[in-house]
Amino acid sequence: MESLQEWLYFFFYVVEKNEIMNKVNFKILPDELLLKNGKIIDPFIDKVYTGDIFIDKGRIGDPSKQTKKTKIIDCSGKIITHGFCDIHSHFREPGREDKETLETGSLAAMAGGFTRVCVMPNTHPPIDTPELIDFLSKKSKSYPVHVHPIGAVTKNQDGKNLTEMGLMKKQGAVAFSDDGLPIQDGKVMRMALEYIKPLDLPIINHAEDVCLRSDGLMHEGLVSTNLGLPGNPDFAESVMIHRDLELASFTGSKIHIPHVSAEKSVAQISKFKTQFKNVSSEVTPHHLYFNDEALSSFDTNFKVAPPIRTENDRLSLIEGLKSGVIDCIATDHAPHTLEEKETTFDLASCGMIGLESCFGAVYKVLVYQNKFKLLSLIKFLTINPRNVMGFDSNLFSYEKTAEIVILDERKKWKFTEDSIKSNSLNSPFIGEELIGRIEFTISKNQIYSRTKLDI
Amino acid sequence: MSLKNRHLFGLKDYPKKDIESILDLAFKFREVLDRPIKKVPSLNGLTVVNLFFENSTRTRISFELAQKRLSCDTVNFSASSSSLKKGESFKDTAQNIEAMKIDAVVIRHPSPGAPKTLSKFIKSIIINAGDGTHEHPTQAILDMMSLKEKFGFLKGLKIGIIGDILHSRVALSNIYGLKTMGAEITLCGPPNLIPEFLKDLGVNINYDVDEVIDWADALNVLRIQRERMGIGLVPSVREYRNFFGINQKRIEKHKKDIVIMHPGPINRGVEIDSAVADGQNAIILDQVLNGVASRMAILFLLCGGKK
Ligand SMILES: [Zn+2]
Repeated sequence: MESLQEWLYFFFYVVEKNEIMNKVNFKILPDELLLKNGKIIDPFIDKVYTGDIFIDKGRIGDPSKQTKKTKIIDCSGKIITHGFCDIHSHFREPGREDKETLETGSLAAMAGGFTRVCVMPNTHPPIDTPELIDFLSKKSKSYPVHVHPIGAVTKNQDGKNLTEMGLMKKQGAVAFSDDGLPIQDGKVMRMALEYIKPLDLPIINHAEDVCLRSDGLMHEGLVSTNLGLPGNPDFAESVMIHRDLELASFTGSKIHIPHVSAEKSVAQISKFKTQFKNVSSEVTPHHLYFNDEALSSFDTNFKVAPPIRTENDRLSLIEGLKSGVIDCIATDHAPHTLEEKETTFDLASCGMIGLESCFGAVYKVLVYQNKFKLLSLIKFLTINPRNVMGFDSNLFSYEKTAEIVILDERKKWKFTEDSIKSNSLNSPFIGEELIGRIEFTISKNQIYSRTKLDI
Repeated sequence: MSLKNRHLFGLKDYPKKDIESILDLAFKFREVLDRPIKKVPSLNGLTVVNLFFENSTRTRISFELAQKRLSCDTVNFSASSSSLKKGESFKDTAQNIEAMKIDAVVIRHPSPGAPKTLSKFIKSIIINAGDGTHEHPTQAILDMMSLKEKFGFLKGLKIGIIGDILHSRVALSNIYGLKTMGAEITLCGPPNLIPEFLKDLGVNINYDVDEVIDWADALNVLRIQRERMGIGLVPSVREYRNFFGINQKRIEKHKKDIVIMHPGPINRGVEIDSAVADGQNAIILDQVLNGVASRMAILFLLCGGKK
């Protein structure tokens, strides 16, 4: 009986494995692969040059060592750069696998050019023990992207009792957050920041003062007044950020501010950043792309926390990236079922998927509309988020495991439902024309290709 | 004579010409209501559902009467939103009702935007009968009709809207409609219940009710929910009455014939005293009758009735 069971497990493992590989866009990397004649952007050495990248058994190799068996991808006219790193995603496993699993999330990440993803712990149950961290690390081993668990700050995300952060770090936790739920109690936040000092990992607090947010459903302003929707004011965020920065500068711990959405928040971070180096922050593609006018349609796909704010806030977020107050772009990829979004605005869940539309959206806003250099945009998606999490950034030196994205910089394309690899479809980007498209992503000895690949 | 929009979601950006058409026809239907036989065959054969996710006897009866006077078939559906939270989704309810072959839906719902969301799920014509703290367009139409009946014009009229503006769909629809028709508006009430952003819509805000009475041709006095008293929004009934209550003394002090409106139901002795509500300057009961006429006009114009 036991051997039959084992055999069955093996059988299903093979079926499952084949299923991933059957998805036409994903393949195992050939032994030797040459990415030929691309425009290489290496954000680590701050250089842009034309050349080849050789991948030898999944690792960066010396292009002169290629042989007759070497497969070639012609990259002329394309950009070759570091695989993107998303430090804020929700993959919903365990508990809500109908929305996203570690596997489908990984496929969506690959399609979006991401080779490394940090997943938030607000699953069911929340990731609040070393055992659960271990579960996530082991479960995601065979999937094509590197998945890093973020552990909960408090047990069951109750906002009161600290988790075993030391043991969770040992099992692979890279940061701690109760994301989705703000740590409302200032004393708890102080204790968490103090406790984490020797671990040298960041705390990420979803910055919204719960009392000030109240029952707010969108940004409080003229648009919310016109729509009759209860408002969530910008100061609900900036007040919380101010508190967290005061506490972190007192304790000297690392703090990372997620999904900054308001001009007032950028001002707070800017003020503290001049005297205090342990603070970093991120902004999402949707806060850079949309403003609150978009909610006039009552489209629940625009319902996110923190809310999409005014045009003025949007512009200040772009300015924040330009000035270095905001360090990186993170997607806050938050899958939800159709049922949870196809309802009235008050009952709909918060969040949107973001991995697959990310590059096209931020390229359009930053490079195309706001004249950022492509190199600086690439940094917001590669070296900067890796630095926040303390990951290796020197990806193009020999012997490094290949984490590469190949993209078509100027390509205008429409983001459509049928291309989505995520298990969920909740995205207001569907139907939008985006600029800059991912062609290939290489990670963990696997390759994603947008079109059918013959190598 | 047809309207630009297929549905009536609200009066924001609603064409002036269409408001005028509705008002003109409403006055004609008002004449019908004054006849001994108060019925016309205009919408014979049409089926309208009154889909009420929130209790509102007055608005429902007003719509029902309007439908009956126009000779159309009426079905009433009441569901509390709490039962929806537990079981059947909004989408299912909507699609189930439409599957029974109906032509138009009058919807009252506690969530802002629900009528627009409904239009994504069903094909019928939709009339908003109040969606949470968003809009109540038919109320604003009947208010404008009542003002026009009293003054003969709307352009340049000075209207004070008194009370909890923040939570009032009546106030918002009145602001849009009256601004479009060229009236001037001053909002008055406790400052925490008046969003500052409304200034961007070109209305005045004044926290001194006596100054507003002095200035205005008419007051639209909003109902203050007793539930909101004493829970942080309004400290107490006596505090509210003291600073914003419309009483005989206040009106007399200004020695003027100011017209008094109220969307009902009235909290006598809170936002308005009986002497004022029942006084000769009050047009509160005319509003009720005009409500039926206005809703007849709206149903007729949206559902393409024949004369
Ligand atoms: Zn968050």
